[in-house]
Amino acid sequence: MDAFLLWFDEFWAVYSNLVLTLGINALLALSIWLTLACGVLALANAAFMGIGAYAGALATLNYDSPFALSIGVAMVAPSLVALAIGLPVLRLGGVYLAMATLGFGEVVRVVILNTESITGGALGLNGIPQYTQWWHVLLALVIVIFVLARLHRSKTGRAFEAIKVDETAASLMGVDLRANKLLAFVLGAAIAGLAGALNAHLTFFIGPQEYGFDRGVEILTMAILGGVTSIIGPIIGAVFLTLLPELLRGLADFRLIVNGFILVAVVLFLPNGLWDPARFRRWFGSGR
Amino acid sequence: MLELTSISKSFGGLKVLDDVNLTVPQGSIFGLIGPNGAGKTTVFNLITGLIPPTSGTITFDGADLAGLPPHRITRLGIARTFQNIRIFKEMSLLENVLVGRHRHIDYGVISMLFSLPDYRAQEAAARTRAYELLDWVGLGGKAHEIADTLSYGEQRRLEIARALATEPHLLLLDEPVAGMNPAEKTELMKAVRAINERGYTVFLIEHDMRFVMGLCEQVAVLNFGRIITCDKPEAVRNNPDVIEAYLGRDDDANTRERA
Repeated sequence: MDAFLLWFDEFWAVYSNLVLTLGINALLALSIWLTLACGVLALANAAFMGIGAYAGALATLNYDSPFALSIGVAMVAPSLVALAIGLPVLRLGGVYLAMATLGFGEVVRVVILNTESITGGALGLNGIPQYTQWWHVLLALVIVIFVLARLHRSKTGRAFEAIKVDETAASLMGVDLRANKLLAFVLGAAIAGLAGALNAHLTFFIGPQEYGFDRGVEILTMAILGGVTSIIGPIIGAVFLTLLPELLRGLADFRLIVNGFILVAVVLFLPNGLWDPARFRRWFGSGR
Repeated sequence: MLELTSISKSFGGLKVLDDVNLTVPQGSIFGLIGPNGAGKTTVFNLITGLIPPTSGTITFDGADLAGLPPHRITRLGIARTFQNIRIFKEMSLLENVLVGRHRHIDYGVISMLFSLPDYRAQEAAARTRAYELLDWVGLGGKAHEIADTLSYGEQRRLEIARALATEPHLLLLDEPVAGMNPAEKTELMKAVRAINERGYTVFLIEHDMRFVMGLCEQVAVLNFGRIITCDKPEAVRNNPDVIEAYLGRDDDANTRERA
């Protein structure tokens, strides 16, 4: 037992950051899964994460707010922004919506850069207290998974899926397209904001470039790679994409090449993602 | 119950519907026939709010449907099926029908999150009704199969069950027997009649003359965007304009006599 504890202490000293990042990435993947689940390709989650991170960090730094309150602020702020831009933007479909939300992400980045007196501009915010404990991340993940799993099984989950498969047919079944898409978008923003605040209170420093295009693509990749047919997919995607670079560390300079190669292979051979219940049914017979 | 008053619809310079007047009486089975491209499906798309009319008004049970989005029109009590089947292919039959129950399930967020009695009762009621509707169309035994695995005729019947799940007063069927074999057609005819006897008003578009003539109490004929007649099936069948629209001019009749 003592030996285990010793081992665990060492493990945790080295890998705690990785484990917590894993949880935060899972939250991010789940945040974009919500919109993907109703067939909406919105790429604003990195920006929502940024808004949450800054809102939470500023609450902590400037107003000495308790951590729980900072988290609350970090979830409400991006939700309100999502509500405001969602109404006009969600009228768009497909690639146009993706473009509009990417554009919004750029706007957020530029606004952060140019409001130096509040956000510190390009220098970012320094000295954020490291409030985030392992159990904060775990608790957040458990609550989010619980809520999304319940939602997925409810009438709203069915409405999301119907919208994803066929918008017209869904609307003729009495499903309000705009309200449901907006719900997914706003809820996704809140979860991204939560992840942002947890991350900000873990890393001591945040800067505007962390929430740009690269991060947006990473979030999307995690969800798509894992598979979007259930909430298990994005979590697996997040774990896979976070651990892969670590596992390939031995390859030194070839690491990123192999990393990219594996991603391409997964997308080529498993087009519905790593977690695909329909494929499992084909492989293992139709167990109910 | 449904009334179209001088409805016109143009797509750019193309006039698809021209001064269409139709009245579907409550409790009836009403048929709309016409050659390909006559504008029949456009009539359904206008009624269900997928596209707005260029001019004219549509009223349903006294309510003006102008400018309402499709989901609001569904909630007023109109449901439809599609000419090119649009079921939710990756979902089970049961889930397909449950989507149709959407507006009839009403529970709060708390009930949903913690599976409170209210949530469970409503979900259970929705399931019971969904099973019942699947039974009506003869798919009760396949409730848990994935919709994509159904045959063509079964998919059409699933669409009808799904439409009925919205509890409509008026059911619009867009070419319900297209692509079916004769046995399936007879079966569907029985199903539609049974549905009508349960109190639903049915408004259907169809090519299959035997199906229309056997079912409908009243038939309207649409040709090049205009209603050329609206009458009992017998009268429609013998109407010279209709024969011309469907079979062409006298030349054909002459040919047949000579043959």
